[in-house]
Amino acid sequence: MSIDIETAARVAKLARIRVEDDALPALAQEFSNILGFIEQLNEVDVDGVEPMVSVEPMRLKRRKDGVTDGGMQDKVLANAPDAREGFFAVPKVVE
Amino acid sequence: MTDLTKLKISEARDALRKGDVTSAELTEACLSAIDKADALGAFVHKTPEVAMGQAKSADDRIKAGDAPDLCGIPLGIKDLFCTKGVPSQAASAILNGFKPEYESTVTSQLFDAGAVMLGKLNMDEFAMGSSNETSTYGNAINPWRRGNDETALTPGGSSGGSASAVAADLCLGATGTDTGGSIRQPAAFTGITGIKPTYGRCSRWGIVAFASSLDQAGPMTKDVRDAAIMLEAMCGHDPKDSTSADLAVPNFEAMLTGDIKGKTIGIPREYTMDGMPDEIEALWSEGRKMLADAGATIKDISLPHTKYALPAYYVIAPAEASSNLARYDGVRYGHRAKLAQGDGITEMYEKTRAEGFGPEVQRRVMVGTYVLSAGFYDAYYNRARKVRTLIKKDFEDVFAEGIDAILTPATPSAAFELGKDVTDPVEMYLNDVFTVTVNLAGLPGISVPTGLDKQGLPLGLQLIGRPWEEGDLLNTAYALEQAAGFVAKPSQWW
Repeated sequence: MSIDIETAARVAKLARIRVEDDALPALAQEFSNILGFIEQLNEVDVDGVEPMVSVEPMRLKRRKDGVTDGGMQDKVLANAPDAREGFFAVPKVVE
Repeated sequence: MTDLTKLKISEARDALRKGDVTSAELTEACLSAIDKADALGAFVHKTPEVAMGQAKSADDRIKAGDAPDLCGIPLGIKDLFCTKGVPSQAASAILNGFKPEYESTVTSQLFDAGAVMLGKLNMDEFAMGSSNETSTYGNAINPWRRGNDETALTPGGSSGGSASAVAADLCLGATGTDTGGSIRQPAAFTGITGIKPTYGRCSRWGIVAFASSLDQAGPMTKDVRDAAIMLEAMCGHDPKDSTSADLAVPNFEAMLTGDIKGKTIGIPREYTMDGMPDEIEALWSEGRKMLADAGATIKDISLPHTKYALPAYYVIAPAEASSNLARYDGVRYGHRAKLAQGDGITEMYEKTRAEGFGPEVQRRVMVGTYVLSAGFYDAYYNRARKVRTLIKKDFEDVFAEGIDAILTPATPSAAFELGKDVTDPVEMYLNDVFTVTVNLAGLPGISVPTGLDKQGLPLGLQLIGRPWEEGDLLNTAYALEQAAGFVAKPSQWW
């Protein structure tokens, strides 16, 4: 399957990765190569096969829905590129 | 005692307990070897102060008679593990400056057992790569060379720094992680041992996530006994990882008898590849003979969906990565791009991720985004998950027929040169052709060095075991190791 430049641009947008216009043709070509490789999967008869959810059949443990941790705002914010007054700071989101 | 850094974990443990050496001496010897080995690019964040502090505590514990196996043993830690207060970047620029406020479960367990951290080890960015060339720190270099040829070779990837450090005797052992072969391939390229346990054996908590249904941590060591010792300390149930198995962890070392009489070893015919070097073919048949001589029954088997493992992996792993790496948004940690006048939050995300992620990571995040996008989810992602079910069933079928372990080559070649022009990313993906099935099926797999190629580079064989039977797998690996008698070391040029 061949990926066109518009599709490459759309995927980059969905992934929130800026790709300059002049880099899109090469990116589209790489996607096409990788997807071409992946398309071998179409040779496999998967009728009636369940898609794998968990590699080892295990029942996830349950726990009480209680507060077990918290009260460490300073640690949560310690690595933030921009933290102010106890919050993560970001550019204006709502006009 | 000379050459302390050349000791194996088991030897150092015994020497420490006898009082022949202290952890401080061992640690100092490793730190000094590390400082002389910058040319290998293995250690990317050195932590001598942490190390000497831990060594002193370990010596106190040993003196007090409370010495678990790893007490006082100097280790290297892959940069993928979050280590409290110490840079943990997954070799990515997007995590520049990140110092976790917490410790990963695996490293906590190692430190609780008294292990000493010498520093953080190089790797491919977010563990995506097979040559350690996607790292923001630059390449890790293989201590092995082709005879007198000075061409720099890859130590493999993604745990390339771990492999290089252990092979060069900079540390006694190292942690690795393996999503498609990232422990076993570098171990094979550097003449060391590496085991990926069953999915769920080691907690993934605090290990930077790549593909959560495939990622597992494991040890990279100088021999099988050391792998058994270190794996035991890394394993165990963790309430903080809901996929970690609540199973007892056996004493793996005690299971190393070398007796494999009555075991049945499967040889999968699908692992014979077109264009596979004769030397790999020969290594494999020697391995088969060694196990037969040790008393195992060798049986040809078929794993019919092997061919589809790599394409299934390159749907599932990027899909999970695109989801896991969504968290790198420039808000909570790591890099944030400088914004232009009028830039909003979307521009912040897009510029941050374009600057912070390298090309291979960007590629995989976007491929993952594509295969999960509306209209393609069924055609790609669901189909790949169905193929994954079939790949696992291939293994279940042969285990049901009485196969105890499966012997394959670990890699399709010996270590290759760094900087090789790989125009098609798919070409690099083929490195994982023998290892990736094991991750898709969640099985334990171990790489054991068994020979040298004609240029003097190490080659490894892989053994694949039944789920949760790492002890039995390690014992088969031990028998193979004893028969192969691999003792070669790279000569020191760094």
